[in-house]
Amino acid sequence: VESPVDTSKARIGIWLFILSEILLFGGLFLLYSAYRYKHAADFESASDALSLFDGTLNTAILITSSLMVALAVHFLRMERKRLVVLFLVFTMALAAAFLVIKGFEWTEKFERGLYPGSPELLARPPGVILYFGLYFIMTGLHALHVFVGLCIFAVVIFMTRTGRIAASRPAVLENCGLYWHLVDIIWIFLYPLFYLIA
Amino acid sequence: VVKTYVMVWVGLLALTAATVVSASLELGRLSIYTCIAIAAVKSTLVLLFFMHLRYEKRLIFKLLIPIALATLAIFIALTFTDIATR
Repeated sequence: VESPVDTSKARIGIWLFILSEILLFGGLFLLYSAYRYKHAADFESASDALSLFDGTLNTAILITSSLMVALAVHFLRMERKRLVVLFLVFTMALAAAFLVIKGFEWTEKFERGLYPGSPELLARPPGVILYFGLYFIMTGLHALHVFVGLCIFAVVIFMTRTGRIAASRPAVLENCGLYWHLVDIIWIFLYPLFYLIA
Repeated sequence: VVKTYVMVWVGLLALTAATVVSASLELGRLSIYTCIAIAAVKSTLVLLFFMHLRYEKRLIFKLLIPIALATLAIFIALTFTDIATR
């Protein structure tokens, strides 16, 4: 369904931001591939420490939250304000669930002495140290994006309720939605690269 | 539209299941390429449907992803010509 107003200029702006984000994470993915190329066996053994179940669950959670945002944007065009708010609340709940699971995962690693610079980790082969360095930086930077998304959607819900986002003024919700899908796409690549190499 | 979105969502979940299965199949070196290929298909679904690139008419929206991919391809190609030949 076409938006009733032309928001394409606003979308060009957010897409330029998305390109810069792709290059930001792209640099980290490049670093990952270079180190994995050099330490393939270490990366595989290090990946055993990750919970495949938690990673897969978080993938499903983020994919579902993307659907919720897409539906919120759709119902804004249909002028169904209450459904917009409802689906954005679902999005926030799923984003929070993602962060809680991530938090449990990190806590479990820390308890096992696996954190950057820990004596336990420094005793491991160099490839394992690099793997966990990249794991914490890349999932950490991604989790920061999820947290920012959580804050943004709180504001978006407020703006929808007060009418500052409406079918006639959809740009803010559309752009926040695009940002959120980007966060989903980044995780779609992080998930196989860290969880599925055992 | 809602139906399309739900179908894309089902497709994304199915591909996630497929990638888990493919990773458990002991494909060796092929495994990483399978995972990346599935991730690329999933991203394409998100870009085309959830991010509406399929419905964008202006040229700039069609150039965005090719530009990003070309830039990354140059980075990766140059880096690997170095580290793979040392």
